[in-house]
Order: sequence, then structure tokens, then C-alpha cells
Amino acid sequence: MAKEKESKTPMLDELETGPWPSFVKDLKQLAKRKPELEQALGQLEDSYQTNTNHWLGTVLNLDGYGGGVIARYSDVQDKFPLAAQFHTIRIIEPSGWLYNTAALRQLCDISEKHSAGILQFHGMTGDILMLGSNNEKTYTAGEELMENGWDIGGSGPALRTLACCVGPAYCEMSCFDTLGLTKFITDTYISELHRPELPYKYKFKISGCANDCANSIQRSDMPIMGTWRDKIQVNQKEVAKFIKENGENYVVDNVITRCPTKCIKLEKKKIKIDDSNCVKCMHCINVMHKALAPGKDKGVTILLGGKRTLKIGDTMSSVLVPFMKMETREDWDKLIQLVRRIWDFWGEHGLDHERVGEFIDRVGLGTFLDGIGVEPDPQMVKHPRSNPYIKFEEYTQPRIAGEPKESPNVVDKEVEGKEAAV
Amino acid sequence: MGSFELSGKVYQTDEDGYLVNMDDWNKEAAEHLAKEENVEMTDAHWEVVNLLREYYEEYKIAPMIKILIKAVGKKLGPDKGNNKYLYELYPQGPAKQACKIAGLPKPTGCV
Ligand code: HEM
Ligand code: SF4
Ligand code: SF4
Repeated sequence: MAKEKESKTPMLDELETGPWPSFVKDLKQLAKRKPELEQALGQLEDSYQTNTNHWLGTVLNLDGYGGGVIARYSDVQDKFPLAAQFHTIRIIEPSGWLYNTAALRQLCDISEKHSAGILQFHGMTGDILMLGSNNEKTYTAGEELMENGWDIGGSGPALRTLACCVGPAYCEMSCFDTLGLTKFITDTYISELHRPELPYKYKFKISGCANDCANSIQRSDMPIMGTWRDKIQVNQKEVAKFIKENGENYVVDNVITRCPTKCIKLEKKKIKIDDSNCVKCMHCINVMHKALAPGKDKGVTILLGGKRTLKIGDTMSSVLVPFMKMETREDWDKLIQLVRRIWDFWGEHGLDHERVGEFIDRVGLGTFLDGIGVEPDPQMVKHPRSNPYIKFEEYTQPRIAGEPKESPNVVDKEVEGKEAAV
Repeated sequence: MGSFELSGKVYQTDEDGYLVNMDDWNKEAAEHLAKEENVEMTDAHWEVVNLLREYYEEYKIAPMIKILIKAVGKKLGPDKGNNKYLYELYPQGPAKQACKIAGLPKPTGCV
């Protein structure tokens, strides 16, 4: 019989084996200073043993804020009293996730003092997450963060903390100032971020080009992505150099044949692009980044509707505004106005917990575009219709089961005077 | 789970202090719940609480915040129909504090 001292956390211990980093190892280390972590790990072991989640959600807000703290408490706190509460505080991160080390040290100090000393850079939302505060420490953490110029992020049915790629800070692909726009939207709509007043969450993610390093298309309701509308800039001298270094076959195999619309050719060792068919996917530019570059007439494409599974399954965002300049203060204001119109229409007619993409799915794109005053455009079509036997007439007013009593129809359209397309 | 007692009547509350049984609600209980939230009830506070209760009576759910803001604006005047006003009355949010004081169920929603 084995006489070794039995571990209290045999299942967690398994997660320490193997060559990869282990959160168990890290948290055990930290637990030497933070006894609540030992209990949190004990609770997790119990969860693994019994296949039961012991965390329950609740609401905890700082004064003046309607969100930003993800509050969790334990339903086995008599067994693990030190881990009775384990709240996460969301903190708005700087644009592009660029910090100086002093700022990072400060966050570490605050986290050490007012939470379990765990920071996540960054959550999927983009925020900095500070984990493991209890009811009291959440307030003291909030106070110290704000005294030092940090602010609390969004949660609940509100504008969520924005996130953007590094953009022009140090990426040559960038087609607009992702950092400035992120800050501008955050500042303009800070009240909507702190005080929920939308049907459900609304996320922006902002990428300087279609490489989409901010993951905007999957992870946000409103991705804003850099693009251009003139020609890809071609430097034939660099093309020649590239061919000399890598060979013609390499260019054919890795650039020409991989263009999704087959609009790029190699003719007599020169790159030729049919720009009218280029979908600005960035592939050729990524491979030959010295020879090719985005065009000069730059702007953004605005998309809408991405989300994870809720009322309907996962969706990626699709095009709302195919091209828009995004350089001047007026351009930025135009975007702010568009967002306001979307929030007003969706806010008025959206159901509780209904993301904007689900709302569009329910009421139809036609109704939605009407409601926000945007003209339809072929580029908004997600895919061609799949059933040739159905001809659409003028779209009709959707009537929705489960709409709250007395709620108005989504759109009061005047039917008179409009001819149905046959 | 918890409870409090006022004038000989016992009120059951859940782990966050919300009334378990909505029908228990009365003005006295509301005053007590407000004190727990550090909210001093003025006429302006009561206006919002009463509105919440009327809405709940009719629709059997707590209003979405946007609808509450609109209802407040319509009933109490346009200068009050905004989120800022509600947060001045209820610093930790109308959903959390005003609903609790009005005896409505705990707002749901995870993240
Ligand atoms: C059944 C229970 C739960 C459900 C259904 C749930 C669901 C979700 C969903 C849908 C998200 C959004 C993910 C995204 O960004 O796309 C999320 C995020 C999050 N959840 Fe949960 N969750 C649950 C339990 C918990 C628990 C127990 C905790 C903590 C103890 C927790 C903490 C968080 C945090 C901190 C985030 C934000 C993560 C980030 O920003 O990257 N959740 N949850
Ligand atoms: S999305 Fe484009 S601009 Fe932004 S960091 Fe990635 S490659 Fe650069
Ligand atoms: S950006 Fe994409 S679509 Fe356009 S030419 Fe290059 S590979 Fe083709």
C-alpha cells in the first residue's frame, strides 16, 4: 500500500503534468500569498470530482455604473469561505493594447492589493480582466483604478469595451487610424458603455485591414475594417527582386493561384491586377509585402451582425456599408450618427436579449435598412437566394410571436402607392 | 437566503436581498430595502418605483431599461427620460437597485 501523503487535488494535479504551461501550477504558486486561491482550487477540484459548477452569478456595480463587474459567488462557501466571492473587474484597455511598463506595473500592484493577483491580458472582449475580488475589494479596486486614470469596461446590455488592432502604430497594412477611432467612439459613447440601455450587448472591433487582427468579423456586432477603393500599389522593381529571390513558380503557387477571385496575373515577370475584381482580401499583399501595398484611396468597410450562439447560431458579420472614408472628424461623426440610428431602431423594436444580428434576421434586412435610413446595396447580400421558385414581393411587415403586448409593429409601412414587384 | 422582520411580519429574501415573494411588498418593506442599498427615498425615487410596479403588474416582467427610460420620460417629463437621471437616483443602476426596492425579481443576465 502506498504510504505517500495523498493530494487534496488529484484531478487538478493531472493538469500540471506534460510540457505545457499549467494554470494549476501558476495558481498553486500564487496561493502561497493568496490563501483564497487555495480554496478556489479546492472548489474547482470538487467541481471536477462531482461534475458540478459551484459558481453562481449576481449583480454588483460600482456607483454610477450599470456594469463592468462580472460578479460570481460560490454555492459551497461554507466549505471554501475564503473563495466565497470571486468577482472579475473589466478595465478598458488602451487602443491597440499598447502599454508602457509603468502602466503594467501599476495594474499588477492594484491587482495584487485588491484582487487575487490574477490579470488577464486580454479577455475576448478586449478588456483587461482583474480576477478574484470580493464584495469590498471590488470597490476599493475600482476607486484606485479610477484615481489612476483607468476606467471600468462594459457588461450587460450595453455598448461593450471596444478593441482594435495596432493599426498605424506599427503596421504598414493599416488603411486608417484604428487607434484614434477606437478612442473617439469610446469617448463619445462612454455613457452607453457604463450604463446599459440597449436590448443586449453591442460590440465594436476595429481592424486596419482585412487581415482582421482584432478578430472583428467573428467577435463583434459591428466590425470596422480598413480597405481601399482604387488600385493595389505595385512596385515592379520589388516584384522583380521577389522573383529573383524566390523564383517565378513560388509567385505562381503562392500568390497567383491563391487569389480568391483570380484577378492577379504574372505577365513577363510583372504583376498585373484586375482591380475591379479584387476583393481586397490582402493575401497577395501579405505574401509580397514589399512589392504590393493597399491602394491610396483608403477607407473602411462597416459590417454588422457577428455574434456567438444565442437565439440563433453563431454568425459572422456581413457588409452594411461597403466603403466609407474614415479620415476626418466629419467622417467619424457620420459613423457616430449611423450607430445612433441603429441603436434607436433596434432599441425600439429589439426584444430583450436580442443581438442586432438576430434582430435583422427576425425583421429582415429590408425592414432594417428602412428603419435606419440606409439604401440597399448588392454588396449587402450574404449569398444568392437558393430557391429559384419563390419570387419575393415587397417585403411585408413582420409580426413576431412573443413581442411584448402593445409593442408597435416593427415598421409602419405605407402599402398604398407602392407597387409590388412581380 | 435571508429574511427581515418589520412590524411583526417576516419577509423572505434571496441571497442578494431581493424579495422572494413579490406579494409581500409594501411601502415599509420598500423603505427597508432602500436603506440596505443606501438609497434615501424621495418623491423622485418613489415615482420610479411606482412606475416599475405598474409596469410589472401589467406585463409581468420587469421592463427593458430602454422602455423604462421612455416610460419615465413620458410620464414624469422629458427631462427625466434619460439614463443619467435614473443613475442619479439609483447610483448602482435602476435595474439593480430600483427593481429591488420595487420588489421585482432579480434582473437576469450573465455577462
Ligand atoms: C452556465 C454558466 C455560464 C454561461 C452560460 C456563461 C456564458 C458566457 C458567455 C456567452 C460569455 C461571452 C463569451 C464571448 O465573449 O463570446 C461569457 C464570458 C465570460 N464569462 Fe461566462 N458563463 C457562465 C459562467 C461563468 C462563470 C462561472 C464565470 C466565472 C467564475 C464566468 C466568467 C466569465 C467572464 C469573466 C467572461 C468574459 C470573458 C472575456 O471577456 O473574455 N462565466 N460567459
Ligand atoms: S488588421 Fe491589418 S492593419 Fe491591423 S494589425 Fe492586422 S495586418 Fe495590420
Ligand atoms: S487582395 Fe486578394 S483579391 Fe485582391 S488581388 Fe490580392 S489576392 Fe486577389
